[in-house]
Amino acid sequence: MSRESVYITDFVSLKNNQIKHQQKLLYKADSFLELKSFLKESYKVIGLNYPKFHKMDDLCKLGLLASEVILKEKELKTDTAIVLSNASSSLQTDYKHQNSLQQHVSPAVFVYTLPNIILGEISIKYSLKSENVFFIEETFNAKLLNDYAQVLLQSGKASSVVCGWINLINDEYDVFLCLISRKGEIPLSVENLEQLYLFENE
Amino acid sequence: MNDLHTELKLSIIEQLNLEEFSVEDIDNNDPLFGDGLGLDSIDALELIVLLEKDYGIKLTDPDQGKEIFSSINQMASFIEAHRTK
Repeated sequence: MSRESVYITDFVSLKNNQIKHQQKLLYKADSFLELKSFLKESYKVIGLNYPKFHKMDDLCKLGLLASEVILKEKELKTDTAIVLSNASSSLQTDYKHQNSLQQHVSPAVFVYTLPNIILGEISIKYSLKSENVFFIEETFNAKLLNDYAQVLLQSGKASSVVCGWINLINDEYDVFLCLISRKGEIPLSVENLEQLYLFENE
Repeated sequence: MNDLHTELKLSIIEQLNLEEFSVEDIDNNDPLFGDGLGLDSIDALELIVLLEKDYGIKLTDPDQGKEIFSSINQMASFIEAHRTK
């Protein structure tokens, strides 16, 4: 069976108080700006109008912001899959929850003590009813993302795939998200994913 | 509007992260769930925690919440009648 060509249709990164869309600077905040303020300012800059955003934990906020940059104004099919990964799971929120155990536990914090909640939040926002998975990896694993996206697309399980890396710990974050589909100019490959991720991290 | 009503509105905005609302946006008779503030089931749990934390009221029957959390006026009346702190 011949494989149909698939491409990295769009990509975005969020790191060091910057948002880069296809390697172009979309927003740069002052370097001393705290994560919470950066997330709030990014919400305005990106033009996201979604009150539920403010109730999410910071990991989900990062995922929603990155998703909005690459999915806004695109005609997505509901079978668009999501393949995400990170190294720190939901530890930042887990610690917040743990620290509250001696006092009053917040249900709104507790619901975010799993990294895969972000899959649900993105699915709800973009009305996706699709395959999704969240991997915990030590570092950005381009081969894993490439192979999983290829299988989903070549098997017909998904018409496009949102995939990438969304890591957050101690307010340090590293986000690289791609939209993979049959449209585009950059072929999907391990090398291209690695290069784009490394470029965004320079 | 008395202080308890304002205090409740401020607490709800802060605790439930209603970033796009101010005290003036919430009428005392507005429904808190559904068409009003658009709160959800997790918010309902947060309100139960808020009652215990701020006013020493422990809800034993979750069904009570439907009536108590129907509006700011209802919440304030319930708190005034049952608060222990």
